[in-house]
Amino acid sequence: MKILPMLLVALLSAVLLLSGCGTTGEAEQDQGAVEGGAAAGSAEDAAASAASAADAQAQPMEQPKEEARDPLEEGLLAQRVVYFDFDSSVVHDDSMPMLKAHAEYLVGNGNTITVEGHCDERGTREYNIALGERRADAVRRILLANGVSASQIKIVSYGEERPAALGHDEQAWAMNRRSELMY
Amino acid sequence: MLRKPFISMLLCLATSAMTHAAPLTIEITQGVETALPVAIVPFGLQGAKQPPDDIAKIVSMDLARTGRFDPLDEKDMLAKPSRPEDIKYQNWRLMQREALVIGNIKHDAGDRYSISFWLFDVYKEAQLAAFNITGTESNFRAAAHKISDIIYEKLTGEPGAFSTQIAYITASQDKNNKLLKDYSLWIADADGYNPQVLLKSKEPIYSPAWSPDGQKIAYVSHERGKQQRVVIQEWSSGARKVTTVPVKGRQSAPAWSPDGKKLAFTNHKDGNAEIYVLDLSSKKVRQITNHWAIETEAAWTPDGESIIFTSDRGGRPQLYKTSANGGAVTRLTFEGTENARAAVSPDGKMIAMVTAIRNDATNRLEYKIAVMELATGYLNVLTDGTLDESPSFAPNGSMIIYATTTRRGRGELAAVSVDGSVRQSLAYEDEVREPAWSPLNKK
Repeated sequence: MKILPMLLVALLSAVLLLSGCGTTGEAEQDQGAVEGGAAAGSAEDAAASAASAADAQAQPMEQPKEEARDPLEEGLLAQRVVYFDFDSSVVHDDSMPMLKAHAEYLVGNGNTITVEGHCDERGTREYNIALGERRADAVRRILLANGVSASQIKIVSYGEERPAALGHDEQAWAMNRRSELMY
Repeated sequence: MLRKPFISMLLCLATSAMTHAAPLTIEITQGVETALPVAIVPFGLQGAKQPPDDIAKIVSMDLARTGRFDPLDEKDMLAKPSRPEDIKYQNWRLMQREALVIGNIKHDAGDRYSISFWLFDVYKEAQLAAFNITGTESNFRAAAHKISDIIYEKLTGEPGAFSTQIAYITASQDKNNKLLKDYSLWIADADGYNPQVLLKSKEPIYSPAWSPDGQKIAYVSHERGKQQRVVIQEWSSGARKVTTVPVKGRQSAPAWSPDGKKLAFTNHKDGNAEIYVLDLSSKKVRQITNHWAIETEAAWTPDGESIIFTSDRGGRPQLYKTSANGGAVTRLTFEGTENARAAVSPDGKMIAMVTAIRNDATNRLEYKIAVMELATGYLNVLTDGTLDESPSFAPNGSMIIYATTTRRGRGELAAVSVDGSVRQSLAYEDEVREPAWSPLNKK
């Protein structure tokens, strides 16, 4: 298998989390997946990815009792999703405290992050890839404005290809018009 | 619009030995009353060896699928001649058939067969065509499609598109039906048979585009660093390569120039999408659009001179046109809230697109396939779905294949004739989307 099955990564990381091992193993997996990814060589391209698998986001499971708690699992840093209006890449004010908290964290520890852009299923697929880029970039700009270095941020657009909810109504669409911060 | 069902047939397509998955199932959902009544008589057999497929059945289904032909049911045939001298025209006039096809299959040696067939005008009592072709066990269906092509061309004056293939993408849901996983790129014969997987990925695959010689497929994959990249894959050998371009950013929306020497693509950088053209031999790129708005979904005109694309520079996505070298931009679409994802007809006279129309009752935007005549700007909405997308012309320009979402929320493929009169659905066990019809004359 050339591509490490993402589900497996997600599953593995969930198991690791439950057993209190943290997510370092997962971050290394993804570092590996970036090899050769700098072909086009932009700043965010070159940034090594520490993204977790998309599925790993969906883990509102109970926190295992750990001695050293992961700051990313608490308070504003535990929030990773920014939601958007239809065909818009304007970040709402209510997402700003969360983004500022992530910026502060990133400035403090020099981590890298992948900002994903996603869309609802309305509109054509490639238009949505472009719209997802706009959304990811809007979030990236806020992080940059709050002191994060460009080399810490990689962006990717999944358009409508990776919905968070599979329905075909406004409830699902609202869940899908989003940008996710992936450590 | 005509809604009368023409033929309601559900073909449960059997898997052949070389395939591993259920193929597309094709159902004609709407046809025309003016379909030409024809009869394709079961071919006579010479020799002890039974051929692997029923040619007359394959040809009948090919012709019926276009909606332009109404083949006579075998059980309604008063006679089943296989040689011209055995034909009694009154038998076919009685059944109101205008054209008649007969033939016979002779087993030569090993896995080789000689197939002879004749096409007749029943009312003029005249032979319109006579052909001999050879077939083997492994390409017997292809031989039948070739016969369909010849009959179609003799009767309509236009080339048939039965010996073609469709590329499409499937996505399966996880066991809780919560997420999509396992994206696959497939190609299958135009009738849904012989599906084969070109690529399986845990990451999304989309925007498949056939090279004009039909040997390669360009598509977008997220396998490298999880970012969107254009990959070119030779489908016969499976050899694949990520397209590297000398510009920063992420790439998607590949579109081959008609001569196959260039690839238009969208480059995404700093939240902006622009169209570039890559010269595939020199690897040089040229930026075609330059605007703060989204520019994407490039489609070449058949003369290779112009590129039609989607832009939201006017606030909402609409179609625009520019020279293949860049420069002045003209807006093409004005009707409807949004128009996007152009596909240019093979003769260059028409563009198919996704048009968004607001439904006043629900106040929701509904996405449908429309065609516009470039000369008049007249827009004709062909489909009645709410999430129709990804139109792709048959290489003879007769039909448009597209992706639709059923009322139950399932992704399916469908095809519609360019005048909207004939429609068919192509179902699959997983979510299926992003169809791309291959060029003609593919080896």
